[in-house]
Amino acid sequence: MEVLEEGRGELIQPPDVESFRRWLRENKSMALKDKLMTEHEAVERFVHDGDYIGFELYGTVRCPMSISREIVRQGKKGLKLAGQGLNELDLLIAAGLVEKLDLTYIGYEVHGLSHILRRAAEGGKLKIVEWSNAAMAWRFKAAAMGVPFLPVRSMLGTDTFRYSAAKAARCPFTGLKLTLLPALILDVGIIHVHRADRYGNCQIDGISGFAIEMARASKRLIVSAEEIIDTEEIRRYPDRTVIPYFLVDAVVHAPFGSHPGDMAYMYDRDREHLQEFLEASKTEEGTRAYLEKYVYGVKDHQEYLQLIGEARLEELRRLAKGR
Amino acid sequence: MSKRDYSSTELMICIAARLMEDGTGAFIGTGIPMLAAALAKRLYAPNLVPIFEFGGIGASLEDLPLGVGDIRTFHKALMAAGICDVMETATRGLIEYGFLGGAQIDPYGNLNSTVIGDHDRPKVRLPGSGGANDVGSLCWKTIAIMKHDKRRFVEKVDFITTPGYLDGPGARERAGLPAGTGPYRVVSDLALLGYDDRTKRMKLLAVHPGVTVEQVVENTGFELIIPEEVGENEPPTKEELRLLREEIDPHRLYI
Repeated sequence: MEVLEEGRGELIQPPDVESFRRWLRENKSMALKDKLMTEHEAVERFVHDGDYIGFELYGTVRCPMSISREIVRQGKKGLKLAGQGLNELDLLIAAGLVEKLDLTYIGYEVHGLSHILRRAAEGGKLKIVEWSNAAMAWRFKAAAMGVPFLPVRSMLGTDTFRYSAAKAARCPFTGLKLTLLPALILDVGIIHVHRADRYGNCQIDGISGFAIEMARASKRLIVSAEEIIDTEEIRRYPDRTVIPYFLVDAVVHAPFGSHPGDMAYMYDRDREHLQEFLEASKTEEGTRAYLEKYVYGVKDHQEYLQLIGEARLEELRRLAKGR
Repeated sequence: MSKRDYSSTELMICIAARLMEDGTGAFIGTGIPMLAAALAKRLYAPNLVPIFEFGGIGASLEDLPLGVGDIRTFHKALMAAGICDVMETATRGLIEYGFLGGAQIDPYGNLNSTVIGDHDRPKVRLPGSGGANDVGSLCWKTIAIMKHDKRRFVEKVDFITTPGYLDGPGARERAGLPAGTGPYRVVSDLALLGYDDRTKRMKLLAVHPGVTVEQVVENTGFELIIPEEVGENEPPTKEELRLLREEIDPHRLYI
């Protein structure tokens, strides 16, 4: 295949599918093992300094926030991240834990730009490689397929391509010029779901974003769930299992785990809290104060929820949209 | 028009809504496109299929989404899929329209939503492509919605996040983008614009009520093609405004 062009961005994570296969064989097991643990234990055991981490979420929806805050609390350093998100990336960047970023989007949609990304990027403190949303999802899909790259028709002709680590090549069958996306194999994937059993079988309600692909592209996978359900329930609806247990390393029970984000059919986003965060994040001092109060100042997710307050949580439950 | 009873945002929403085609699929981004799609579904295109990049297909849009993954993007929808499925559907040529925004647009409809200034040390870091590059690459026709001034309508964008006609006729196909796709319309707060078939450069189609051709030219940072006949858009109707204010965005999140 003739390579016609190459993006100048760094290929942060090499698409080494052979070592991925070996790693999975040595480290994953088909045995049903109880993996239920706290955020603290999951992050301590499965997230290391220098890891490349991916979070699965979109906008404020289904964000693994309780795990993100725990990573900040434990101060895991020198992280590389796949950026297709929002609050979780902002917290990690603000805490100075991120070195490199494969980025598609960090912004607050209706609420505006990310002040934290702006400060980090404009100050030249963060190495950023550009991608499109679909490109990132397809990079996970390539890893999930166990192949080193996927040919796609996005990004061609643009600076998004030029500042990415993609290549363009001539299709050996048709002669079309295609973008080749390198598989993105994560050291750690982190996903928040509606329900899981203690072994890690997961159910998601509503759109699946890129959870299905990312779960399969992760060497280690931490799942947090609103509800822990009985395996009998999983067996009754096996068609609903979108992430099977043998991909999962840790299952964390995290009710309101997406807060201040939302969870389809369960609770709405906390607009007041997001506003408070955005206001605080306008300055470095404000950001530090926010982290002090909501991350470092609480021991765990339970304390965080107490700080938010049952009245507010009840209100968010009430605002949730039904089917 | 000193005494007009609608805002620029409301006007842009109405103009965009009138462009939506019944029975087609359209990628809807955050903000004005969501309101325009909601309005179009009530008035002009009841069978419009709103498609949101994270998987919502055919939502009712009874309630306004706050983002492209919001539960309202698949409320009473026909399918709650995922991003790969939606983008692969677009790659196969099944999605007709895509609505986009950006911080800058150039004469060929290339859009920038990544950086102002140098990429590695930007003056302003913007959110990044998100799904914009995919929508601009894969849909048959893209419609950009932008405020109209010289800082936004520029000769050369600082960064091509999303492909328009790149540097002119044939450039998209040479780059490998699907044949026959590209920018179709621009809805600004001053005018409705399109593209010249031969040169692929932006051309004025119709001015908004009370706006002159000179005003449009003055607020455009590049040479705009001005045809001999320039139309004038109808102002928002009473019914459009009522629906927008009372039903679609009663909490005034966007308008």
